Amino acid sequence: MSDAPTLSGLVPGVATTAPAQPERAPTDWRTQSMQRRIRKRYASERRFRLLGLAAVVLSAGFLAVLLVTMVYNGASGFLQTRIALPVDFAHSGLLLTPAELRGPGADLALSTANIEGLTDSSARAAFGPDGDRWVSDGGWLRVRQALKHDPALLTARTTIWVPAADTLDVAAKRQGDPAAEAIVAKLQARHAISTGFNLPFLTASDSNDPTRAGIWGAFKGSLFTMLVTLLIAFPVGVLSALYLEEYAPRNRWTDLIEVSINNLAAVPSIIFGLLGLAVFLGTFGLPRSASIVGGLTLALMTMPVIVISGRNAIKGVPPSIRDAALGVGASPIQVVFHHVLPLALPGILTGTIIGMARALGETAPLLMIGMRAFIASPPARLTDPATVLPVQIFLWSDQIDRGFVEKTSAAIIVLLAFLLAMNGFAIYLRNKFETRW
Amino acid sequence: MNRKRAIIALAACGAAALALSACQDQANGGGAGSRDHITVVGSSTVFPFTTIVAEQLINKTPGMKSPAIESTGTGGGMKLFCAGVGAAHPDIEDASRRMKASEYRLCKDNGVDAILEVQVGLDGVAFAESKNGPKLQLTAVDLYKALAASPMGQPNTAKTWKDVNPALPAIPIQVYGPPSTSGTRDALAELILAKGCDAINPALAEKKENDAAGYAKSCTAIREDGAYIDAGENDNLIVQKLQSNPNAIGIFGYSYLEQNKDKLNGVPINGVEPTYETIARGAYPGSRPLYLYVKKAHLTAIKGLREFLAVYAQSWDPKGPLVAKGLIAAPDDVRKRSAQIIKAEATLDPSKLL
Repeated sequence: MSDAPTLSGLVPGVATTAPAQPERAPTDWRTQSMQRRIRKRYASERRFRLLGLAAVVLSAGFLAVLLVTMVYNGASGFLQTRIALPVDFAHSGLLLTPAELRGPGADLALSTANIEGLTDSSARAAFGPDGDRWVSDGGWLRVRQALKHDPALLTARTTIWVPAADTLDVAAKRQGDPAAEAIVAKLQARHAISTGFNLPFLTASDSNDPTRAGIWGAFKGSLFTMLVTLLIAFPVGVLSALYLEEYAPRNRWTDLIEVSINNLAAVPSIIFGLLGLAVFLGTFGLPRSASIVGGLTLALMTMPVIVISGRNAIKGVPPSIRDAALGVGASPIQVVFHHVLPLALPGILTGTIIGMARALGETAPLLMIGMRAFIASPPARLTDPATVLPVQIFLWSDQIDRGFVEKTSAAIIVLLAFLLAMNGFAIYLRNKFETRW
Repeated sequence: MNRKRAIIALAACGAAALALSACQDQANGGGAGSRDHITVVGSSTVFPFTTIVAEQLINKTPGMKSPAIESTGTGGGMKLFCAGVGAAHPDIEDASRRMKASEYRLCKDNGVDAILEVQVGLDGVAFAESKNGPKLQLTAVDLYKALAASPMGQPNTAKTWKDVNPALPAIPIQVYGPPSTSGTRDALAELILAKGCDAINPALAEKKENDAAGYAKSCTAIREDGAYIDAGENDNLIVQKLQSNPNAIGIFGYSYLEQNKDKLNGVPINGVEPTYETIARGAYPGSRPLYLYVKKAHLTAIKGLREFLAVYAQSWDPKGPLVAKGLIAAPDDVRKRSAQIIKAEATLDPSKLL
């Protein structure tokens, strides 16, 4: 406030007009009207700062609400309720021998044995006539796994921790229906129920039973799809950007190409899905639901983003670098690959990661090419049917079973972690390659 | 130096990717190649049951690859299913209604003429309201008057249930239901609206044979002025909407009602409540059969398809896993006939389709 009057001398308008009108009185900063105007200026300044702060707080608030609800709903998705099930293999009547299970035909032998029936009857023996409904539909798979792991169990009586049925799982973690709550209380009294980390959620694939459903299949599908997208979109995008910036003649055709690329970056993603359906499935006959088709489709979508950010990054390389390199006798291609591209790389990588992050969260074009299927095993090849994380979230949100509510939120947490890892990697790369001049 | 190496590596990756995609194109040679997994498309109502069977199949067969099952709606699935024979086209269509004669013609034109038709069970098109809803008691005629686009040839002006039937309360008509690609919507039209229409316009019912378009226009077309709200293929969304709006009615597959019994009440139609028992015995007017359509030409070509059907047939009994998840078992004779179709690989007789 105190130095406000001295500012008047710095205003150029006042300084230049002063000699022409020497009788003009210097501005009196103390008059009421002037004070009012100054107050107004400060008030608008404060208003703007407050508005800006409010905008930041609002967006941070939305993010916080999203994260808190996801973590609150989803954290229990990473936990699993298990029941201690006593199984008497010795008197089970299974037509298996330990030697058979140690041999190469173990899987076949196990698949023909009635382990599902054994699990149900063990549960009935241990927990009463309704006992088989307390154990998850997939509980017998855990018994089979235990048997495969240790064939010596066949001659023994042992206790295996199997996943609890969906209703008990919900009741043990939060409010379930009264009947299930009562069963949980009964099991707790016998110390036959426990809650632990749900490793199968990270290693299994889709299932229609929430106690068995896992995210690995969709995660692997996302990885495959992103890999194909990166391998196609990055080289093509960078080479296009280099050519357009460094070699292309400036004429109407390059203008046309530039406008088309900018347009392409703004095209709604569903249209790329239709294109993928017509070209990759229709013309090339690639398999439906395969991650390679998803990757190709998303590459079409990501490429324009890489081209645009790449061109901006290349434009940002100072011309003096090119001139100096040419001056010491470098050929144009040496200038581009030894100097321009390495210096532009941080900018290109940032654009690439932004494009990839958008592709990772994309669902619409993938629905068109059939990547919304239920697939109970992870893809092994690029041509295998697969889903991706956002589609898996969409599929689970549509499931009837209430146990899927927490699985949906847990899957969202996994997707966010994946995105965070990608963005973190981008920042690392940018800092590593960045040059300042 | 590091940067240079990185760039060379990236360029090599790019070249490899292009080469890879080219190999893939050749390997698949226009979709005529083989496929080592089953693909299924179709109804969102049959989808959960098919996924259960798929899981059982891979759990019991070591080395079996997971089938890919898409929920596209019955109509959307028929288009994909009927597009041709070969690895690029699905093996099985889940349907929540019978195949239409027009769809069979499309199939036949594309070389898909040997099709197995297997009824897997029943489903109810259930009408439901929130637990604290108005406890409506409706008839097929009420629903026809409330939901048809032009009941009795006049544009539908009914705003409240009282406008439809003076005995009903004066609450606005708000019905959340499936979209037009859904088999559930077709079942709603055929099982409820057509019955209500026939009951009050016997003259129209007689003309059904000769004037199918006119009949559809005044009987089974659903109003589009906001009273019927298309909620997409997401039936869980309808359940949520009903909870937040107790005056609304929702239409979905019976399995959703059963799973949400603590939140929703079934709405009785013609005095019959939607329950497992009333649907199985055919007393509830909204019950409908669920089908699988299978390409006979694929039975040998696609590994595991015969086993898949066999597991399906083992699972649809009244005590089987599908019923535990909400399917309504078909009567004994229907189940026996379906099992026989699978065993003998008997194809569908198109002359019986409508």
